[in-house]
Amino acid sequence: MKNLNKKNIFFLAIAAIALTSCSNDDNPVNEEELITTVRTTLVGGGQTITLTSRDLDGDGPNVPVITIAGNLAANTTYTGAVSFLNESVSPAEDITVEVEEEGVDHQIFYQMATTLGTFNYTDLDLNGKPIGLNFTLTTGNAGSGNLTVTLRHLPNKLAIGVAMGDITNAGGATDAAVTYPIVIN
Amino acid sequence: MQKFSLIFCLLYFGNIQSQNTISGKVLDENNIAIEKSHVHFSSKSASTKKDGSFLFTNIPNGNVKVLITCIGYKSIDTIIAVNKNLEINFVIKTKIEALKEVAVKHKSNYFNLSVSEQKIKEKTIEKYSSQSLGNVLKEVSGVSILKSGSTIVKPVINGLHSSRVPVFNNNVKLEDQQWGMEHAPNFDVNSAGKITVLKGASGLQYGGDAIGGIIIIDPYSIKIDTLFGKTIMTMESNGRGGTISTSLHKGNFCDWSWNVQGSLKYFGDRESPDYILSNTGNREANFSGDVKYMGKKYDFSVYYSLYNANIAILSASHIGNVNDLYNSINNQVPSVIENFTYSIKNPQQKVQHHLAKLNYNYYLKDGELITFQYAFQFNNRKEFDLRTGVSDSRPALDLDLMTHTLNADYKLSIDSWDLKSGAMGSFQNNTANPNTGVRPLIPSYNKFDAGIYAVFDNHFTDDFSVEAGVRYDFSTIEASKYYQKSRWDERNYSPEFDSFIVGDFGTQWFTKPNFTFHNFSASIGTQYSFGNDFELYANLSRAMRNPNPSEFFSDGLHHSSGMIELGDLRLQTEKSNKMNLSLQKKWKGLRININPFLNQVEDYIFLKPTGFETTIRGAFPVWEYEQTNALLTGIDFDSEWKISENWQHKLMLTYVNGKDVTNDDAIIDMPPLNINNRIQFSKKEWNNLTLELQSEMVFKQTQFPNNNFMTLIIVDGNLSPVEVDISSPPPAYHLLHFYSDIQFKTSKNTLGTLGFTVYNLLNTTYRDYLNRQRFYVDEIGRSFQIQLKINY
Repeated sequence: MKNLNKKNIFFLAIAAIALTSCSNDDNPVNEEELITTVRTTLVGGGQTITLTSRDLDGDGPNVPVITIAGNLAANTTYTGAVSFLNESVSPAEDITVEVEEEGVDHQIFYQMATTLGTFNYTDLDLNGKPIGLNFTLTTGNAGSGNLTVTLRHLPNKLAIGVAMGDITNAGGATDAAVTYPIVIN
Repeated sequence: MQKFSLIFCLLYFGNIQSQNTISGKVLDENNIAIEKSHVHFSSKSASTKKDGSFLFTNIPNGNVKVLITCIGYKSIDTIIAVNKNLEINFVIKTKIEALKEVAVKHKSNYFNLSVSEQKIKEKTIEKYSSQSLGNVLKEVSGVSILKSGSTIVKPVINGLHSSRVPVFNNNVKLEDQQWGMEHAPNFDVNSAGKITVLKGASGLQYGGDAIGGIIIIDPYSIKIDTLFGKTIMTMESNGRGGTISTSLHKGNFCDWSWNVQGSLKYFGDRESPDYILSNTGNREANFSGDVKYMGKKYDFSVYYSLYNANIAILSASHIGNVNDLYNSINNQVPSVIENFTYSIKNPQQKVQHHLAKLNYNYYLKDGELITFQYAFQFNNRKEFDLRTGVSDSRPALDLDLMTHTLNADYKLSIDSWDLKSGAMGSFQNNTANPNTGVRPLIPSYNKFDAGIYAVFDNHFTDDFSVEAGVRYDFSTIEASKYYQKSRWDERNYSPEFDSFIVGDFGTQWFTKPNFTFHNFSASIGTQYSFGNDFELYANLSRAMRNPNPSEFFSDGLHHSSGMIELGDLRLQTEKSNKMNLSLQKKWKGLRININPFLNQVEDYIFLKPTGFETTIRGAFPVWEYEQTNALLTGIDFDSEWKISENWQHKLMLTYVNGKDVTNDDAIIDMPPLNINNRIQFSKKEWNNLTLELQSEMVFKQTQFPNNNFMTLIIVDGNLSPVEVDISSPPPAYHLLHFYSDIQFKTSKNTLGTLGFTVYNLLNTTYRDYLNRQRFYVDEIGRSFQIQLKINY
């Protein structure tokens, strides 16, 4: 028993010393599921409007850069889609695919003053609940405000209102949340 | 390391001869014969027979060296003048007795003479078999606990915790990444035989950086020459699980002894009074064992322990951005409540801690001892998170921390003087696995430490003694860390730290920050007995603690708290001056201990909210490590009152006040006033029946800094500002606990103890200020516990 223990310890000690010399820090960590960019595309009224929020340093101190390509038209129905990208790597990684694959565990919520417009989901997960990667937006009268797009991980899709797009009872954790200023003419 | 001293009595008979016969017996204090003790007469040796007798023939005239050893007893080492046949009876004393013998009126086996130590005994530790080290330590006044949920529990001594409270297991400082608030000491309580708490940095032989205090754990050690075992089975209703712990102890053939101990723990989700705390189960599988050889002049031991735990992290505590935090605080209902399950999902932690050590003691002569010790520790911590597009089995954090420590210590007692001195060296390597796909919060680093110390004490009289010590520590650390260039600029590290940059990786700098420290610590104190059973301990200590890797290098998002935590390369060593007084008074049935303290901490390192950072996940509050001058004052009180033969009352009070002197504010996370009352009934005649009712009163913390902040949340589609209240402590609470146990004999050699306990008897709903999960859920509710202990 004693000899065995001693041997083990010496072996561990030697292994330990050997291991210390091969720490691997030659390259920075490849941040895989990092979302740097949320791109919302609205197609309707004969035009395509792209709203982008891009934060290349991830959790770093720089604020997201928001790009709005055009204003929305009043009382128009837009076909919408949202995509999540990691643009900190080259080529950029499309995380939308993973959100879709894990659709049961994700839902995207759209929040905007109801006078400005209403949203309807047009996609479903394996359980027949919405994911929210595709939707329609029907704009109201002219005005301006904010559109907030939130990606929730592990929401409770059975909670009241959640399947209808109400985030209040959704729970879960936020993977992405961006706010675009919008103008409706 | 106990002192070997000698107490023996000789009986002379005989007549004149040149070749002599020496016979006699080896007995214990109760005149009971001791078999198989080793008796050495010059070059001859023998083991005593069943009746304790020994016989040596042909011993020439002259001075003969005699050595008598037996495990569990003090050795006798002396010289006898032989000029005739002798019959000598040696009385050897058990070591427990021996300790009292060393200093009749002084404390024996003390860590610091001028500090009133507080000890937790085996019986109390056993009660906490299914819980964690932190919970046990709450049995000591002045110790509070800092929790992350119900299973991650850290001790707080006089308001300070984490790297300010080192834990020593079997004389080895646990190096288990305990810098983080959500990293509990990697230690299984079932392997502890005795726990001592030293408040403050006065145990210089252990290090000079224990600004809060030191926790010293001694394993169970055998005192008698026999084989025996102990098994404890504990079942708990809350968590619907249990713990089994078994140990075997053997003292054999006088020279060899060994101990082995193992425990298993298995729990599912805990429950608060109103709901299931989803994903709060845990598992543990632990082992420890040692083999010891006691030679004539030396002893040698090998020890190994393994701690292996898998701890689920409350689902509801995994939040996204500050909106989630706001919702959780304001709703007061967890965001995830599922049905009870034993299974553990992400987020979770998997931790392994190996400790192996070799220890060698050499007794030069009476009162002089040299000790060498080598310890190897390997700690692996894996933290798993909820991730999108990454397999659940891939950790988000994977750290390997390895530590080698060498100690050489020397002890000397001459007359009323004692000297303890020694040197230590340690090398530590941390490797952050880069394949996690997440930037590690703690970088890879190499650290080297060396220290020397000397402590003197003198028992001037039976009533008065003085102790003084100094220590010097050298430390150097070199880390390998990638900084985002945007972070490097935001921290204003350029040009001050540009010399650390060794590589340019596009958006990131590869840096090798290195720091060197020279620290001096000291302690001086006295112990004085006066009047009618009054005893006063007074101690002044100076301690210095270097910033730990988390304080230096943290840079990123903490999911469990929804905040960005930023370290600072500019941090300076923390310096503490602590004054500790302890006044004890004994009456016939009453003993009280009043322990006021004052701890002035220069460059106290703490987390301070400094603003916001907006990322693609939303807005997050930013907490930075900053330094200030802090003043901690407080008082611990405890009393034991034997009301009558069967009734006993115990009172414990812990109070600390933390002040940020520089900014004239309160210090965050200070434990509120806590009063513990216990009333106990015990009756020997009724199978040692013990019944105990405990009242635990925790007041509301009224001294706290206001770190609340404003954020924008969406109301009816529009952004509107709200205040996120992360500062207000939860209300006061009062809990009742009930303990009982009874002993029974199962057979001739086995003794059983059956315990029945109810924690939180009234199923009170409460939240605790020092629980990091107080923003998300209530504490656990009532729990019934049945414990069966068998000694054999």
